[in-house]
Amino acid sequence: MENKRSHGREILAHVVLIILAFMCLFFFYILIINATRSHAQLQLGFSALPGSSLVTNFKNVINDPAIPILRGVLNSLIVSGCCAAIVTYFSALTAYGIYAYDFRLKKAAFTFIMAILVMPTQVTALGFLRLITNMGMDDSLLPLIIPSIASPAVFYFMHSYMQSSLPKDLIEAARIDGSMEFSTFNRIVLPIMKPAIAVQAIFTFVGSWNNYFIPALVITSKNKQTLPIMIATLRGADYMNFDMGKIYMMITIAIVPIIIIYLLLSKFIVEGVTLGGVKE
Amino acid sequence: MKSEKKIKSVSYAKWGYIFILPFFLTYAIFSVIPLADTIRNSFYEFYYSGLKAIGPNWVGLANYTELLSADLPKYAWNTFVMWILGFIPQIVIALILASWFTDARLKIHGKQFFKVVIYLPNLIMASAFAMLFFALFSNAGPVNNILLRMGVIGEAVRFMESTLGARTLVALMNFLMWFGNTTIMLMAAIMGINPSIFEAAELDGCTHFQKFFRITLPQIKPLLTYTLVTSLIGGLQMFDVPQILTGGQGSPDRTTMTLIMYLNNHLQAKNYGMAGSLSVYLFIISGILCAIVFRMNTDSDPDGSKFAAKRAKAAAKKGGGV
Repeated sequence: MENKRSHGREILAHVVLIILAFMCLFFFYILIINATRSHAQLQLGFSALPGSSLVTNFKNVINDPAIPILRGVLNSLIVSGCCAAIVTYFSALTAYGIYAYDFRLKKAAFTFIMAILVMPTQVTALGFLRLITNMGMDDSLLPLIIPSIASPAVFYFMHSYMQSSLPKDLIEAARIDGSMEFSTFNRIVLPIMKPAIAVQAIFTFVGSWNNYFIPALVITSKNKQTLPIMIATLRGADYMNFDMGKIYMMITIAIVPIIIIYLLLSKFIVEGVTLGGVKE
Repeated sequence: MKSEKKIKSVSYAKWGYIFILPFFLTYAIFSVIPLADTIRNSFYEFYYSGLKAIGPNWVGLANYTELLSADLPKYAWNTFVMWILGFIPQIVIALILASWFTDARLKIHGKQFFKVVIYLPNLIMASAFAMLFFALFSNAGPVNNILLRMGVIGEAVRFMESTLGARTLVALMNFLMWFGNTTIMLMAAIMGINPSIFEAAELDGCTHFQKFFRITLPQIKPLLTYTLVTSLIGGLQMFDVPQILTGGQGSPDRTTMTLIMYLNNHLQAKNYGMAGSLSVYLFIISGILCAIVFRMNTDSDPDGSKFAAKRAKAAAKKGGGV
């Protein structure tokens, strides 16, 4: 009896999981298939088998002067790469400052960061846009990168990680060996923090790659646009006259790099989610 | 000896300040100053009519009252409806999956595969995902095409032309993007429960339902609340998906227009007064939610270390188990 019932649960669990996995994968399957088909083929209706226009679509997309997608990929790589490096380094630095030293404002500083942990950046967007315009940084990639020095959620992650994996004796030992404070951080602490840095670098990279709201308000010239802004301009395009094969190809270019990174590092990423206390 | 130690700790204190300086300097410049400027603007009439600037004229709270009497309540309601439509299936499915994944008695083949697949949509560019849905669910798009050919429907469904259809599509995307993430968070919480509680319950003859409702749910209540609040904050920021899906129109008839889309419209139109007061409303709501998150993170666990350590342990255990 007991055996039979758990058998039933097992079947149910598998059916539900297969349906959900199907929902997650099906849309991307159509995307990839449609990216390989020409506009004319797409007009005929859906086909489960790939077409032969993959290369043509790709060439059409990269040769379209209206949407310089390769420039977009490059801009997105610059912003996401710089953000990932800056976020992880400065968050670890801030966390180390609060974790390793005793100073009068230590508790106040920690409390402040915890209070703003989940504050949305959108609420200060107006002042932010006016500020960077006054500073002459509008329509530039810099304001998409520099503010990420202050990332409360990544700080929190780093701080928690230090508490579980960075013994204070080690810092003391480094001091006795004559290591300067700053080089202790760079040469001893950072290597210990590697797993935490790797997890946060990936999440920051992906978050920055996908970020749309602020970049769309900051960037005005075409050759500085990041990928999400270019994808958004597709939506405004005249639908009747647009090559659908190209649209599917552009969406593919925007999301497939992330899917590939994810599949290569999936086990690591899925475990990183729970390590991460807070995720945006 | 004692005084020497004191001198030593004082001399190191300055490094603490130096190390945290970049963070606080950046935050002051790029968040605190903009916040002050946003609040200041909210009290002025200040917008552009063509190229001509109107204002800034001090109007006190006029922008705030105008927003309340205009479309703000409608857009707040839209945002809430689309959030809750996505959140309910998200939390229900995540709870079921998390309890299945953590049930040692339940043999699931390809557990790691399913975990990887359900988390995948969380990493997809929301704007590209929305553009994809726009193409797939358009009147002559593949979804209609498939349904027509299978004979499920007689004529093409105009998904994006009805309020229910458009809102459901937004909610469906939000659900797909977040249920995997929630599942994995809840799994870690369930694995943090002392297994002997479950063993004792089994010896006492508890059914699966009893175990789930009497043990699992009460034990992970803190994380459930945390998920609810952080998801609310995420919902408040809902923008990319409805913006791209409806081309910024919030169609049909602005029933999918969210608060941040409304803010975006004011920012694009350079209506600083209205954008300012709308931002302040959002700031107040976010502030309340931040306070709740703050209390949960610091309550009886002053620096979050126990919480993090527990999670790290759970994750490590899971990593070993799979």
